Amino acid sequence: MNESLFTPFITPTVLGLPAAVLVILFPPLLIPTSKHFINNRLIIIQQWLIRLILKQMMTTHNAKGRTWSLMLTSLIIFIASTNLLGLLPYSFTPTTQLSMNLAMAIPLWASTVAMGLRFKAKITLTHLLPQGTPTPLIPMLIIIETVSLFIQPLALAVRLTANITAGHLLMYLIGSSALAMLAINLPLTLITLTILTLLTILETAIALIQAYVFTLLVSLYLHDNS
Amino acid sequence: MASVGECPAPVPVKDKKLLEVKLGELPSWILMRDFSPSGIFGAFQRGYYRYYNKYINVKKGSISGITMVLACYVLFSYSFSYKHLKTPAGRSWAISEGNSQEGVV
Repeated sequence: MNESLFTPFITPTVLGLPAAVLVILFPPLLIPTSKHFINNRLIIIQQWLIRLILKQMMTTHNAKGRTWSLMLTSLIIFIASTNLLGLLPYSFTPTTQLSMNLAMAIPLWASTVAMGLRFKAKITLTHLLPQGTPTPLIPMLIIIETVSLFIQPLALAVRLTANITAGHLLMYLIGSSALAMLAINLPLTLITLTILTLLTILETAIALIQAYVFTLLVSLYLHDNS
Repeated sequence: MASVGECPAPVPVKDKKLLEVKLGELPSWILMRDFSPSGIFGAFQRGYYRYYNKYINVKKGSISGITMVLACYVLFSYSFSYKHLKTPAGRSWAISEGNSQEGVV
């Protein structure tokens, strides 16, 4: 039972070699670069999209925060393209693996905290205590705020993993149930309609990517600018 | 390259393209190819740019340039997961003759 439900999420291997590396390296092939001023349609569309994302994300930052533009833009492009490619049949989505999302979340979060502590140590530490708390509550509240700070990378990683995995699993289950009910034919139209709407809703995987980068953004902003 | 008439000087086997190699020369042609890592990487790069310049880097490229790549990607992933898909995994939901209770979630 376990084996049949979670087989789409097994990391692909060829003779024991991880082919997941090939799958992770595939999205950049779809995003060509160009040194020319006037390009083909694909590059024009992608460059327009990237400029839109950049403008949307980086206007709220000061000069120091904007040094992160390349990192955040490539992050959102990577997660968006990987999640969208995972919607194709039989494909493997690397972001369903918690290991990969933790590897993305922990270094980025840690660097924002390190930046805050390095450049604005006092202000970063005072963030641990909200304004206007009554004096007896202070020790407990500091502990609570520290715990909530340390839970940020875990939340980032687990949010992405759980959302993508749950969506894929749901599509897989509904698809196979529709296939099984084909012989009976009664609620077939209803099921296929559900699949269709679920797929379009799942294409708000992009909304999830947005959420990922935005939460990272908020954390960076808070630590950097206050 | 030109199919009309012969070239005046004979081209060495190593430099011929695949479609011009005669059948008898095929083993020696394969053995003379460059199989070093940089050779293989160069082959991938040439293939990539051949596809790119033919279908995408044109004035009025259409969506078929990308959809062909995605279709190949789907077929490639299917061939990877063929081993797992060989045994039918949907037994639990299929309503068989009498035993619809086995393998319930």
